[in-house]
Amino acid sequence: MDLTNTRKTARASHRWLWSRGVYLVPVSAGLAILVWHLVSRYGGFPAFILPSPTLVWERFTNALLEGRLAYHIAVTLSEVLAGLAFGVTAASTLGYLLAKSETFERFLAPYIVASQSIPIVAIAPLLVIWFGPGLLSKVLICALIVFFPVLINTIVGLRSVPDELRDLMRSLQATGWQTFKYLEVPSAMPVFLGGLRIGATLAVIGAVVGEFVGADRGLGFLINIGRGQYDTALVFVAIFTLVAMALALYGLVVLVEMRLLSWQQRPDNSR
Amino acid sequence: MNLSNSSLVLETAPEPHGNGPDLVVNNLSLTFPDRDQGLHVLKDISFLVDPEDFVCILGPSGSGKSTLLRVLAGLLTPTTGEVIYQGRGLAGPRREIGFVFQKANLMPWRTVRENITLPLELQHISKSVADQQAQELVNLVGLEGFEDSLPRDLSGGMEQRVAIARALVYDPRILLLDEPFGALDALTRERMGSELLRIWQARRKTVLMVTHAIPEAVFLADRVLVLSPRPGKIRLDMPVDLPRPREEGMRYSVEFGEIAKRLRYAIG
Ligand SMILES: Nc1ncnc2c1ncn2[C@@H]1O[C@H](COP(=O)(O)OP(=O)(O)O)[C@@H](O)[C@H]1O
Ligand SMILES: [Mg+2]
Repeated sequence: MDLTNTRKTARASHRWLWSRGVYLVPVSAGLAILVWHLVSRYGGFPAFILPSPTLVWERFTNALLEGRLAYHIAVTLSEVLAGLAFGVTAASTLGYLLAKSETFERFLAPYIVASQSIPIVAIAPLLVIWFGPGLLSKVLICALIVFFPVLINTIVGLRSVPDELRDLMRSLQATGWQTFKYLEVPSAMPVFLGGLRIGATLAVIGAVVGEFVGADRGLGFLINIGRGQYDTALVFVAIFTLVAMALALYGLVVLVEMRLLSWQQRPDNSR
Repeated sequence: MNLSNSSLVLETAPEPHGNGPDLVVNNLSLTFPDRDQGLHVLKDISFLVDPEDFVCILGPSGSGKSTLLRVLAGLLTPTTGEVIYQGRGLAGPRREIGFVFQKANLMPWRTVRENITLPLELQHISKSVADQQAQELVNLVGLEGFEDSLPRDLSGGMEQRVAIARALVYDPRILLLDEPFGALDALTRERMGSELLRIWQARRKTVLMVTHAIPEAVFLADRVLVLSPRPGKIRLDMPVDLPRPREEGMRYSVEFGEIAKRLRYAIG
């Protein structure tokens, strides 16, 4: 791709961000903090009910300086990333097989759909019992929660590969691997990444659920500690860190999308 | 089948290799297993195509033209009968047979150049060689300056040129085109037709092209096959005895009109 093209893409994504109101985020965040500050200052709530923004900020810097926060972030993040990697690998592999074989799909679909009616919080204790309170049970919970959206989007993405392009690959005598690499992967990528975007945020939820059920480390564990000690500011710190983590993962997928899918025409709804 | 016609081709172009027909179609029938007794789409089709002939296939919509072309491309297996390509039975798709689809059928994530080099990439030809060959074809189809554009930035006519360049880049013996200009406006269509003739003369291919436009068939072809309504049979196999190279002015000549009229009656 040449320079003009890259510049055009950059301009398009700029316009896209603008149309999504991304530039309004700092403004709305500032407003929210202001309201929070006023309520905690003049509302007469004790600090263990509603800590002020300054208190939370102090708790945050404290926890950071102790090195405690970084440790728990690292624990939760590694659970999330390992769970994502595992869940996405399993879901996309199974999705590929299901998309290829309708018999296989009809065979497995009832189980997959039924499994979705069980809330993850109900399975989490079971996984902790089976796999212990360590890393493994959390990774499995994350992987499970990520599994479904990625599986569905892999299938939908592969099914949407145009038949005419499949015919083209056949007429060019492409091998199965070449059809996969040159046609199926790029063609299914937009829908697949949509599933990954959902999965990335769900993985954070999965890790916290797992840590709630049984863990001695991680941000979910930190929330439990804070609650037990009426250290509500610490709970706030953990929640905000989790939000930041989910947003960062989401943003990462969006960046990958902008990079890989720059060939797609962005609907120009800015004006 | 049509000896007068093959001799006509011999006059205009010395045959480079072989002396048999490029393509023989023998009693070909095709039934889709759709309905109770199946959907009979093609019935007892036989014809042969000499090397470097330009053959157009006409017929009402639904008569099985696309199906016939897909059989010739090796994408569909006939129910009975056979297709013989240069003396051998056709068992599946082959690189010697290029296919241009009705829709341009480009990969939207690939640039013009990358779309054209796709067949070469699949054959593991080095990128520098592939790019050079793509450039020649870009020039041939008149897309200079658009090498790095994405399909979304092209007009319908330009997309179709990319599709033709992609089918030519690996130098197939036979080019099959399924209503390649169907989606274009009348003027663009005429221009694309002339360009296809120019390319055909430059590259010396055997061409089979499906169209529903009678004047287009008369202007381009050495020979026109007319299919009947479903199940498609060959209703007419007629040579077009207009001199080559074809000039735009011929479209308005008396002979042109006569041939077009006969085809019109044959289609019914
Ligand atoms: N894959 C298929 N399965 C079943 N029926 C088909 C298939 N492809 C085409 N047909 C049917 O065969 C008939 C001929 O189609 P086609 O070859 O596309 O005609 P044409 O190109 O002349 O308009 C149509 O009735 C169409 O519905
Ligand atoms: Mg058709």
